[in-house]
Amino acid sequence: MAAERRQHILITGAAGSLARRVIDRLRNHYDIVAVDFREQVYLGDDIPSYCIDLNTRSFEDLFRRYSFVGVIHMGRIMSSQLTRMRRYNANVLGTQKLLDLSHKYGISRVVVLSTFHVYGAVAYNPALIDEEAPLKSAGLSADLVDSVELENLATIYLWRYPDLNITILRPCNIVGPGVRNSISTLLASRRAPVMAGFSPMMQFIHIDDMADAIVLAYKKTRRGIFNVAPEDWVAYQHALKLCGCKTVPIPSIPPVLPKMILDTLKLRSFPSYLIAFFKYPVVIDGRAFAREFGFRPWRPLKEIFRFYRNNKQLV
Amino acid sequence: MGLTSYLRSKLVSADLGDQVDRMHKPIGSLGYDPWGYNNEKVKVGLSLTRQLYEKYFRVETTGIDNIPAEGPVLIVANHSGQLPIDGLLIGYALAVRKIRPRIPRAMIERFFPTVPYLGNLLNEFGAVLGDPVNCARMLANDEAVIVFPEGVRGSGKLYQDRYQLKRFGNGFMHLAMKYNAPIVPVGVVGCEETIPALANIKPLARMLGIPYAPVAMPMVFPAKVHLNIGEPLHFDNQELPEEQVTERVDQVKAAISDLIDKGLSERKRLF
Repeated sequence: MAAERRQHILITGAAGSLARRVIDRLRNHYDIVAVDFREQVYLGDDIPSYCIDLNTRSFEDLFRRYSFVGVIHMGRIMSSQLTRMRRYNANVLGTQKLLDLSHKYGISRVVVLSTFHVYGAVAYNPALIDEEAPLKSAGLSADLVDSVELENLATIYLWRYPDLNITILRPCNIVGPGVRNSISTLLASRRAPVMAGFSPMMQFIHIDDMADAIVLAYKKTRRGIFNVAPEDWVAYQHALKLCGCKTVPIPSIPPVLPKMILDTLKLRSFPSYLIAFFKYPVVIDGRAFAREFGFRPWRPLKEIFRFYRNNKQLV
Repeated sequence: MGLTSYLRSKLVSADLGDQVDRMHKPIGSLGYDPWGYNNEKVKVGLSLTRQLYEKYFRVETTGIDNIPAEGPVLIVANHSGQLPIDGLLIGYALAVRKIRPRIPRAMIERFFPTVPYLGNLLNEFGAVLGDPVNCARMLANDEAVIVFPEGVRGSGKLYQDRYQLKRFGNGFMHLAMKYNAPIVPVGVVGCEETIPALANIKPLARMLGIPYAPVAMPMVFPAKVHLNIGEPLHFDNQELPEEQVTERVDQVKAAISDLIDKGLSERKRLF
């Protein structure tokens, strides 16, 4: 009897820690093809890996060579990386190319990793923001426009091409071993800046729990947009304390002062356009995802913060 | 033991600490809820408020047991005195009542979250941004919610307008009807005299981005405060035109007005 043919899945952003964890969870059941615009990563002899920009013509060759059934798009450049223009090209135009090719080659499952940043941090945010809430981020900072545009694009394709079965995930702060985003860098440092007088509520999800969430989302064909966050919350400055960080207060009023200070310091982990996220809470409601996909995070906040306390500047 | 822990142990009495722990709130593993409520900070807050309630404002409360012991409830009061002292005192009275105490959640003006230190402190003590979505979620969680439908119109009014109720918004009534929450009216007397404002410098308020800039003495006077808490009012969840919702709001306003009159007639002296 012929062996059952395994499905091919394209995973973007393969050089990131989260993508590697997702690949580890899927490689026994699917044939994975990994791509990343930054570097060609070695993921084992069984996984073809490419360093490729999604906007190049040769990217389509991968779709011709492998008959992909699904795409997991994690190749989003974070707000703290590269220039605004390059981020726009990669995140928005690159995603558009990816979705166009997915449609052209009959892909039947697409998972797109977004971020809770799209909701925007404003003083008037209610807690437990659900998926229907407006995306205010684009109006607050031009540096976050690409994140919102990526989402809008994915949403348009979600409704225009239902056969793609697109699921968009908006996770809270992803943290844990190997994560290199701005919040993880702050938790791992010995001294972290805070906005004087502000300690917004935050949510953190362990990278392994997030990888589980992406795998669950991929396996269950359920279109839509979902927040991903555990039902646990902590104030930013309390989180820093539990991670063994000393806080360095930055004057918060008048509002022009912290912007001036941060523009001068040019801290990668605390850029001026993210100031609002360290002043006002963006607490999302992850219950819809938990309900629809049977998701339950396993790593408690204390375990996450213990890791950072014991591994200062090693992530 | 660090200095903070030592001060906390001196400030927070064991019985108050136990009482807060017994009033289970849906909090996460580190003691917070999504709005920033924190069990440990609430203990400190209540201990500090005890001094204000008992010694400084010498509050006299009647009818505190009218507030239901469980289920969603809106505690609706008149607002006065520039600072949210009235909300603090109502909250304390309910949190320390002898029979089935509750820690209520106060809806606060929208500019508080923008104020450094104070915004966070209020959230930790259980106050929540006065947003209809927040209020709805609180009622869905069976919380007791303190609401001031006058908003800044009430808290920022001048001394010459004392004890005159300003326009009530209708939002609280829609939520009470939707979540089948009784409304408990409260008449607060005394807070008008804590920070009597003679004028409001509107251009300065606009410049600073605050709702009002009162001309007042830079101190909080130790006025004696009376809290009169009325019987719960129940409103069914009918589809009503806004005009009839306003009539229901006026019923609540009238009940609060009666309770204020009661407090004023009981009051023997300002301080």
